[in-house]
Amino acid sequence: MTGVYIASDNIITSLGFTTTETIDKFRRHSIGLQMISDPALSPVRLPLSCVDTLLLEEKFRSLVSSFYPEFLNTAFTRMEKMFILSIQDSIHNSGLNLKGEETILIMSTTKGNIDLIGEEKKNLFDPKRLFLWEMARVIQDFFRLYHSPIVVSNACISGSLAIGIGARFIRSGKFRNAIVTGGDILSKFVISGFQSFQALSPEPCKPFDISRNGLSLGEGCATMVLTADETIISGDKITVAGFATSNDANHISGPSRTGEELAFAIGQSLSEAGIQASDIDFISAHGTATVFNDEMESRALTLAKLNDSPVNSFKGYIGHTLGAAGIIESVATIQSMNSNMLFKSAGFSESGVPEKIRVVEANNPANLIYCLKTASGFGGCNSSLVFIKQ
Amino acid sequence: MQNHLITGWGVIRQNTVIVDGQVKEIHEKFITFAEFIKFLYKKEQVGYPKFYKMDNLSKLGFLTAELVLKNRDLKNNYRSEEIGVVIANSSSSLDTDFEYFETIKDKNNYYPSPSVFVYTLSNILIGEICIRNQLKGENAFLVSEYFDPGLITSIVDDLMRNNRIQVCICGWVELFREKYESFICIVEKEERLKHNNENTLNYCLLTKENLSRLCLNNGI
Amino acid sequence: MEELINKLKKEVIEQLNLEDITVDDIDPDAPLFGEGLGLDSIDALELIVLLEKNYGIKIEDPKDGKKIFYTIRTMAEYISAHKKA
Repeated sequence: MTGVYIASDNIITSLGFTTTETIDKFRRHSIGLQMISDPALSPVRLPLSCVDTLLLEEKFRSLVSSFYPEFLNTAFTRMEKMFILSIQDSIHNSGLNLKGEETILIMSTTKGNIDLIGEEKKNLFDPKRLFLWEMARVIQDFFRLYHSPIVVSNACISGSLAIGIGARFIRSGKFRNAIVTGGDILSKFVISGFQSFQALSPEPCKPFDISRNGLSLGEGCATMVLTADETIISGDKITVAGFATSNDANHISGPSRTGEELAFAIGQSLSEAGIQASDIDFISAHGTATVFNDEMESRALTLAKLNDSPVNSFKGYIGHTLGAAGIIESVATIQSMNSNMLFKSAGFSESGVPEKIRVVEANNPANLIYCLKTASGFGGCNSSLVFIKQ
Repeated sequence: MQNHLITGWGVIRQNTVIVDGQVKEIHEKFITFAEFIKFLYKKEQVGYPKFYKMDNLSKLGFLTAELVLKNRDLKNNYRSEEIGVVIANSSSSLDTDFEYFETIKDKNNYYPSPSVFVYTLSNILIGEICIRNQLKGENAFLVSEYFDPGLITSIVDDLMRNNRIQVCICGWVELFREKYESFICIVEKEERLKHNNENTLNYCLLTKENLSRLCLNNGI
Repeated sequence: MEELINKLKKEVIEQLNLEDITVDDIDPDAPLFGEGLGLDSIDALELIVLLEKNYGIKIEDPKDGKKIFYTIRTMAEYISAHKKA
């Protein structure tokens, strides 16, 4: 069976424009969620994790004028700029030629260019850009990629699912490389929706904590280049070793009452990777900080016999980035493995979930070989990814 | 080489319904999607009040799945976890996105609706099918400009070959501003059907050619 | 009060898309959630929107919803007590 190796990665969030910048902030425990008053996003003040617009524009302009001057007069949306910067950084660092027939681009997002809905930007962009395949085509054209990208839109597991699909393609020999990228932006559309669900926390979210009171939203983009080509990897080789999804078949917005469906997906991914629950050194959980999600996850981790493994949620730093979350948090997990460091679960001080789980309370060195990234989302979907350091 | 067979399929497209090759319904006169889908729901005696709460995309996919699954007894032959759902479309949830946007676009009439917002994720449709039929296996929702039978085939084949699932409900469910088209089929493993002493002669192989032929309903 | 109760029934049917249910099917004293109408958590959130949109009443803590939305009658009573003049 072909191994699936991670060749390079990138994260763009409020904490920075590269993986290194972001991880440095985690290391220093700096929180990207800030209290924001912006009527264009929300009628009330609330904590959000926003990508710095001025920096985004500056970095994008400099990229285009240096390397892609043919696009100097082309307009790109905020979302497209993030995708382009993130993919560019990953392609550049991969050491692979990714323009040919052997490479597929897989994009994950929940809402893509949703800020184009309505009258405001009608004169700037063709409303066609609201279609996710059209946004994907813009990205394909920019990088002159051989294949039309595959677009995954599966709520909050989109990013994990994109990684999983990429890994399966490489394993089955259909493609040799996969550029897997995921992104979502903050918009009035999405924020108002979560407000109508009474799901947003008035203060930065506190995953798994006793005083948690809802999630915080963030925006961002992340990319991971997957390859079958073991020889180009310098340093630790990390593989995507297992992946599974499942459905609760219970409710379209509320999580499972028992957690058994997420536990099932975890079990499937472990058996695909050929390892046991007791092998797992660290779990990057979904940890949205809504009362019901975190409860469900604690039950699922217990059913999966993972109570003794350290677990964190990266959402305390950068909020819930929706379609980007699975990839951002997977990259963060891989960086934890590379640096043998467990990052504190920001916002956590006292457990407030029904089952006993080991939430990471402070940055700690640890030997990380086998790690898990789980996610769950609206529509009752769950996913679990296994990463192994060889 | 393991064979995966299409054991049932259905199409709902512009006032027409075809299930397993049989035309069930054609409305000659123009009626709206809402009228047509409600008519169909009543005629098929589905009896699932939650149907009325769904957005149009979910109604379309749900009812197509309902008609197709009616003819196959999956429940008694497979466990919930063995059945997956893989759906694709072109406009994701854009039809409902515009409906939701209506509830927030006017500052003086700003009442964001949670029951509309929840459907601004296209995979909710998969959730609805899973809840109704208690399906707990693998899920994927993909978006492409046109129906891509090659992509669906390779994803479903891979999931089944690796024994992640034994059955897949898969297809294309597209709806945007009164233009709608859905095609859903059931894919099962030949060996399992033979093991259950089922005659498999009438079923066609899961291939991209067969998928596109059935979707265009040219028959087998 | 009876007038408000009837008006509310119509509004609830419309807002929650209870198509096969008529005004006469709803007992104003029967619990709205649980068995009866088969309402769920999203319906509860939608009722909060209904109160705000149609009656200008804002429920800050969704936990209060449980008491307010117990039956159509409790809803009507809450509205008459809190409606802006």
